[in-house]
Amino acid sequence: MGSMVGAAVVRKEDPALLTGRGTYVDDVRLPGTVHMAYVRSYLAHARILSVDTTGAAAMPGVLGVWTNADLEGMPPNRSVPGMERPCLAKDRVHFVGECVAVVVATDRYLAADAAEAVLVEYEELPVMASVAAATAEDAVPIIEGTASNVVLEQVLSATDAEEELAAAPHRLAIHLKNQRCAAVPMEPTVCLSDWQNSGLTIYATTQTPHHMRNEMAQMFGLSQQEVRVVAPDVGGGFGAKASCYPEFLLTAELSRRLRRPVKYVETRSENMTSMVHGRAQEHDVEVGFDDDGRLLALRVRITQDCGGWPDATGIGLPTLTSFMSGGCYKIPVIAPSFRSVVTNTTPVGSYRGAGRPEASFMIERVVDHVAAELGLDPLEVRRRNFVQPGEMPFATQFEGIVYDEADFPGALDKLLEHVDYPLLRKEQATRRDDPAAPLLGIGFSTFVEMGGFGPTPLFEQFGYVGGWESANVRLNVDGSAVIKVGTSPHGQGHQTAFAQIVADELQIDFDRITLIHGDTATVQEGIGTMGSRGVPVGGSAVMKAAIKVREKAARIAAHMLEADESDVELVDGEFRVKGAPGKSVGMGEVAVRAFKPHLLPDGFDLGLDETAFHEPQNLSYPSGAHCCVVEIDRDTGKVRIARYVAVDDCGTVINPLMAKGQIHGGVAQGIAQALLEEVAYGPDGQPLSGTLVDYTLPSAVDLPHYETDHLVTRTSFNPLGAKGLGESGATAAPQSVVNAVVDALSHLGVRDVEMPCTPQKVWRILQQNGS
Amino acid sequence: MSHHKVRITVNGTVGEGEIESRLLLVHYLRETRGLTGTHVGCDTSNCGACTVMLDGRTVKSCTVLAVAADGADVLTVEGLAGGGELSPVQEGFRQCHGLQCGYCTPGMVMAATGLLLENEAPDETEIREGIEGNLCRCTGYDMIVDSVRWAAANGGAGEAAHRHVHGRGAPAPDAAAPAPSGTQPAPVVTP
Repeated sequence: MGSMVGAAVVRKEDPALLTGRGTYVDDVRLPGTVHMAYVRSYLAHARILSVDTTGAAAMPGVLGVWTNADLEGMPPNRSVPGMERPCLAKDRVHFVGECVAVVVATDRYLAADAAEAVLVEYEELPVMASVAAATAEDAVPIIEGTASNVVLEQVLSATDAEEELAAAPHRLAIHLKNQRCAAVPMEPTVCLSDWQNSGLTIYATTQTPHHMRNEMAQMFGLSQQEVRVVAPDVGGGFGAKASCYPEFLLTAELSRRLRRPVKYVETRSENMTSMVHGRAQEHDVEVGFDDDGRLLALRVRITQDCGGWPDATGIGLPTLTSFMSGGCYKIPVIAPSFRSVVTNTTPVGSYRGAGRPEASFMIERVVDHVAAELGLDPLEVRRRNFVQPGEMPFATQFEGIVYDEADFPGALDKLLEHVDYPLLRKEQATRRDDPAAPLLGIGFSTFVEMGGFGPTPLFEQFGYVGGWESANVRLNVDGSAVIKVGTSPHGQGHQTAFAQIVADELQIDFDRITLIHGDTATVQEGIGTMGSRGVPVGGSAVMKAAIKVREKAARIAAHMLEADESDVELVDGEFRVKGAPGKSVGMGEVAVRAFKPHLLPDGFDLGLDETAFHEPQNLSYPSGAHCCVVEIDRDTGKVRIARYVAVDDCGTVINPLMAKGQIHGGVAQGIAQALLEEVAYGPDGQPLSGTLVDYTLPSAVDLPHYETDHLVTRTSFNPLGAKGLGESGATAAPQSVVNAVVDALSHLGVRDVEMPCTPQKVWRILQQNGS
Repeated sequence: MSHHKVRITVNGTVGEGEIESRLLLVHYLRETRGLTGTHVGCDTSNCGACTVMLDGRTVKSCTVLAVAADGADVLTVEGLAGGGELSPVQEGFRQCHGLQCGYCTPGMVMAATGLLLENEAPDETEIREGIEGNLCRCTGYDMIVDSVRWAAANGGAGEAAHRHVHGRGAPAPDAAAPAPSGTQPAPVVTP
């Protein structure tokens, strides 16, 4: 039987999704469902003077209108202690889009009508829509009870590295911006709550159903067995669906009050101001280095804009940025610190990579700056500073942050097999001399990031009960298998990947394996899908559960074959006795026997049904090397990606087809951040990118063809040897694009171009520098 | 709120009834007809998740009032697969991993089907331009381009789409679908 792990099999998920038979939350139909609509603030900072709901309440089909005052005793949304965000604004609004009131009506059109009829009177307050404004002399604290808009400050090193920076032969100060982005899963936030006497059921667009169950139970004073959270098909998440949203609590509470199921479907316009944004960091970097480009010291001061209400995950993201600030380089001293600042903008939380892309962007831009300063090739500077394969596992200076097996120089070498670098440099020089030709730029990114999130002590800091994952594998009487897993995929293809793992461990047909996920009523326990943990942590739990089933099946087989258990082996789907090739029983026969007590030893525990947990030993560290070649139109400033090559080392690849998809998708989001996307606000806090067009979400004509390859360095941190790859593309891509753009303009003395590198921005640079 | 009586054929099945005049076609399909394969991804006609074929042309059904489809013939993603077989476009998406979360997929599949009706052998640029009105956040589009190429080489738009364009109103071969009783084929409107 050939190995399924490593095979590019097509997905089990697809037939339903391709024929319109998927079940997303808005497709779930419960009799008697009523619809909730929000009244949202159109001002970024204001005092609520009055809310007049009388007109709305009298409208056809309306079952009720509620403000904060009408929901006394309602728990706040998931929050940072001391900064509890009420589900509906109390007295003041902090950002455009904050929920002020809710309407419930018999259909969604009527609910929307009634929401329009709610009259809110505001008194405008000074708006602080940027970190600069929120930290200015005259700034006032946005969150009541806080002394300053700087709500968290941390220093993550014993020294500020001043001594080492001062002693370095060269020293550079660099300011970098990682602009605010929106995750934009194609399905916005949707939830349907049904509170009955027996408890609460919520269908929700979430990446973390079990975590949500635990939280909802705690918030509403229910026991966990009274709460069921179902994440059916979920239309993308990219980290943003790991946050908790007020609508989850509000539909639950209103379902309890109305004794009917209550559904909420966010519009895209609402989504652009309501769903957590990502990134939104600025870095003040100082780097010390010698004449050869060896990095001697790095100081990074990070400013995290956390928006109008700090998100429980979002507020801690700069910690991850700090831990990863050294990238794949040996830097003797690193001194990171950060401050998180509240502003009159949408809250900031996880977005694909969550804190690590910011670090990778920073250090990869720094390396290019160092190369430019010394007139060295950027690849040479990288090679001189890489942590070497022989030094793995590599303990960084941060406690517990230990890079697992990787080959940073090897990934770069593999990348250069695909790219004729000297030829590109020649071509670049030729183009520069020809005013009619577009400029050419070559950018690299040799990245490392964190995957396989856990372990438990780390995940506890983000509010989760653990950093493990849980799986159950059960054989039916007919020898087919059902897997239940605590991860909650939203596009990652766990049905397929996990069936591949079980097919190998139990040597049963891939088509006879089914996966159940995303329902706390059927799946034993779970944490969720985020932090590139699906395969490394979830997949490892699945593997362990399958091994337990196999071991028990082997005991039954040994009994059937009248052999010693240690002599029984599973070969090609059959248990055989070593050295006696004629004697065998198939897994199907063993499965039947598992349910026949009279044919098993006395007291044998019936069934083949095993649960396993996998607690990762530590984070894993996916890495790789990317190259981007850009062409810049001298007349318009438009950047075109001529080539994009990605070499990824995610360890063991379960399914090359799906791995390619994950890399493509991540790279696409990284390119989009580099060239197109930015959530922008006016000084008055009004969103300037409230639609998909204004936000310039890329279409097929905006993105290139991607070339991908893998270097496989198995991690020893989990039994599968997989490191995770969901976030690698998004982590690696922005800086390879920006490095290429800067490289194309470097002969003009350009050292930096801020993201997104829009035609307008690049055109201005070309004009100023007389291309 | 004014109401109108409409008669709309969807995937070969005729539906008659009174609807609110402001009801969007996408909500008519999802709520009135129970066809939840067509999705809503935005409220500004940018994302294309709601793309269906209306009298032979792809439209964004969030931008069409259901009353405007009175007398028309609509083909949705549920109508593409005949007799349990995926259409070439659907199969192409499966073979080439042209979908991940699946939310944009019905609209993307309909847009690709519409493209292949107009152009049987599109090159990469034509494919990218042909699906430009449909946004996907998962795939980065490259494998969608592969999927459409696969479909072009393996049967094109497919039988259901051709039947929709050339012989509108005929019931789909899916035997499970109830045959329209006592109704005439929807009037043919040349795109």
